[in-house]
Amino acid sequence: MLTVQFLLLGAVLFCIGVYGVLARKNAVMVLMSIELILNSVNLNLLAFSQRLDSIDGNTFALYVIAIAAAEVGVGLAMVLLIYRNRRSISLDELSDMKG
Amino acid sequence: MLASESALSVGWFLDHAWVIPIIPAVGFALIILFGRRLPMKGSEIGVLSMVSSLVLALGAAYQWIQRVDGASGEVAHGLVKSAEGHSAPYVGPIIHEWTWWQSGGFEFGIGQHIDGLALTLLVVVAFISTLVQIYSLEYLRGDRRYTHFFAALTLFSAGMLCMVLAPNMVQLILGWEIMGLCSFMLIGHWWEDQANARAALKAFFTVRVGDMGLLVGTGALFFGANQWTQEHLGVSGFNISGLSAWAMSGEASKSLLLWAAVALFIACIGKSGQFPLHTWLPDAMAGPTPVSSLLHSSTMVVAGVFLVARLYPVFWEGMKIGDTNINFIVLIGGITIVIAALLAFVQHDIKKVLAYSTVSQLGYMMMGLGAGAWLPAVFHIFTHAFFKACLFLAAGSVSHSGSHHSFDMKKDMGGLAKKMPITATTWIISTLALAGVFPLAGFFSKDEIIDNVGHNGYQAFMIVGLSGAFLTAAYMTRATYLTFFGEARGAAAGEHHDEHAAHDDHDAHADHGAHGAHDDHDSHASHGPHESPKLITVPLMILASLALVAGLANATPFGSNWERFKKYVEPSSEYVAVEAAVAHGPGEALSPVVVTAEEAEGEAKSGCSYEAPGAGEACYFPAVSHAEFKWSKAALSLIIVAAGLVSSWLFCVQYYTRRNRRLVGLTSRNAVLRGGYTFLWNKYYLDALYEKVIVRAVAHPIAAAAYWFNQNVLDGIVNGAAKISRRTAGWVYRNIDQRVVDGAVNGSGAAARGTGGALRPVQSGKVNQYGALLFAAAAIGALVLVIINT
Repeated sequence: MLTVQFLLLGAVLFCIGVYGVLARKNAVMVLMSIELILNSVNLNLLAFSQRLDSIDGNTFALYVIAIAAAEVGVGLAMVLLIYRNRRSISLDELSDMKG
Repeated sequence: MLASESALSVGWFLDHAWVIPIIPAVGFALIILFGRRLPMKGSEIGVLSMVSSLVLALGAAYQWIQRVDGASGEVAHGLVKSAEGHSAPYVGPIIHEWTWWQSGGFEFGIGQHIDGLALTLLVVVAFISTLVQIYSLEYLRGDRRYTHFFAALTLFSAGMLCMVLAPNMVQLILGWEIMGLCSFMLIGHWWEDQANARAALKAFFTVRVGDMGLLVGTGALFFGANQWTQEHLGVSGFNISGLSAWAMSGEASKSLLLWAAVALFIACIGKSGQFPLHTWLPDAMAGPTPVSSLLHSSTMVVAGVFLVARLYPVFWEGMKIGDTNINFIVLIGGITIVIAALLAFVQHDIKKVLAYSTVSQLGYMMMGLGAGAWLPAVFHIFTHAFFKACLFLAAGSVSHSGSHHSFDMKKDMGGLAKKMPITATTWIISTLALAGVFPLAGFFSKDEIIDNVGHNGYQAFMIVGLSGAFLTAAYMTRATYLTFFGEARGAAAGEHHDEHAAHDDHDAHADHGAHGAHDDHDSHASHGPHESPKLITVPLMILASLALVAGLANATPFGSNWERFKKYVEPSSEYVAVEAAVAHGPGEALSPVVVTAEEAEGEAKSGCSYEAPGAGEACYFPAVSHAEFKWSKAALSLIIVAAGLVSSWLFCVQYYTRRNRRLVGLTSRNAVLRGGYTFLWNKYYLDALYEKVIVRAVAHPIAAAAYWFNQNVLDGIVNGAAKISRRTAGWVYRNIDQRVVDGAVNGSGAAARGTGGALRPVQSGKVNQYGALLFAAAAIGALVLVIINT
């Protein structure tokens, strides 16, 4: 099994995720893109775990999945609240932190 | 040695004489701490402690007499040839010394040095203190500082007892200074009155002037003697018997001895009220009368005389008393006798008459010591204590019950003999004793002094002594007449003064003291003078009876069997083997008798003061000679005294009662007499000299110089420094503060503002942008990592 193929898949997924984070205006889409990034990292971890015949990567991947679930939970809750207050989930309109 | 051990018994009281001053010291602490809560306000502790001290002192005196007797009985052992040809055993002092504290290799001891002299003073001090405290129970009843008065009185006695016992100079100074402090507290007892506070300060400062001499003298003696005493006797240079032996050894430097003796004598001048530092003593009458009685009969002022008597070898050698040249001590003593007696004539205040009388009598003691009459001088301390205490207490009794707290003889007294018979009788007995009328106490001591001064070759001072005796008789007669005879005047006539301001100082402060019981006093003042209560008259009677008989303790005219003082008190001037004489520590208090048979026999002038002791021997006392008593000489002085009494009595009758026209107003008519009177009235201008001339000459230039220095130098420095610092501050303000510091502050502010402005667009508030930046940074970081790792 070629590790590099996994890594390439991970890199592609990562790039798609980054693009989604930067380009999307919808907050839900951004969250989904972040999931993509996290999963690409998971792919990387598993690929190296397989290659080095070590269990560490699998363990880390499990942690990342758990934390990602929590993150999505918190994130979706925030999105819901934002929607309730503003009737919109467009990120462009959330520029109140402008310096 | 064993035989003498049994012969020279050392009893418990002698061994534990050091307890005597500790009892009143503890009593003082108890009074201060708990006195106010006790039923008698602490006075019972004071009286009790003095009584127990007296019992211990009497026990010690009894055992000392037994010790001396025992030594005399042991004829076979320890005879020493004395200067006068007869044999006498050596009875050493009982010395215990413990280390009190150490400092830089010096050891300071504390303990006891018991011999006849110390015991005499111990008994006298404890006895007079007891009586004075009992007297004060009534005299100060209701005083606002009753408890403190008894505390100070008790501590004062403790100080004197401590000094008397001292085996070394350090303890002596300790006791001496305790007394100085307490005298200040007691004289200024009624300090609300400005005059009293001033008198207390004056007493304190005048005595302090003398005290410098004490410190200087002690230091000089220590550094002169320490090596010798360590080598020969194994004691420090503070030890009194060590110093005595050193002074008598012939190895001491004569000039050092002279200057040390002069310095120590200056301390005695201050303490014992000798000319020219006697001025504090009459002013010290501002204190309550019991204080005057205690201070000026047996304690404070006797301390100086005691110091001379205690360190007699130092003075003997230093002043060359053995030669018949006029020395410092005899000169000062002689001057003091006459000038103080003259001053006593012009006083209106009964206590000031007594004060000057005390000064004059102290002059006798000093003159006796200075002329080699050691024993009569010490004996005079003994007898004088009784009759002078009695006189002061009688004066207090008069003011307490007879003259409504006034001490002014001319204004408020007269004719009190009928009203106050006991006071008058005791006063007259003591007056006669003081004047030196035959079988009374003063005769035996004063006449002996005069006699011995002449015998030792000081003829001029014998005449001084005789004229002093005349003056004493005369001024005491005047005081007696003014107080107890003639017509009653002022308060003595039952007049009641409402205006206290019209009285002199004493009246005013007596009033202060009586505030608590003022109603009581007013009530008895209103029905005129009367006899004092028992608490006052009983001490008076005891003292008066002692004034009658105390002289018999050393009645030279009745033969040598009567000379008990000579036997028990005078230290023996024998050569003593060194290792035996110095007893150290408890249990080693034995001083065996030592034979030195090879000393020159038959020679009239031999003995400690004439030949230095040989190796391994030491002298502790110079051989003083004693005058043979002759009735012809005594008759001369008795006639002089009688002349003084009679002429003064006649003068008083004419002057004060008959108002003889030729006598009254004599001082205003005759220029010479007026001058003399003014001179005396102003106390020889000594106070003026001290306050106006010396203080002004010394203190004022110093003050002026200090002011000039202050104005010109110090102020110049201060002003200059201020100017410089002001200029520096201005420069700093303009250049550093304004430019550098403010520049930095403003610059950093501007920089921060600029940076903030520049970075502001970054904070767009757009999440995507932030994300882009994050990833860009992460990408750059990854790139850097990759580059570094390859």
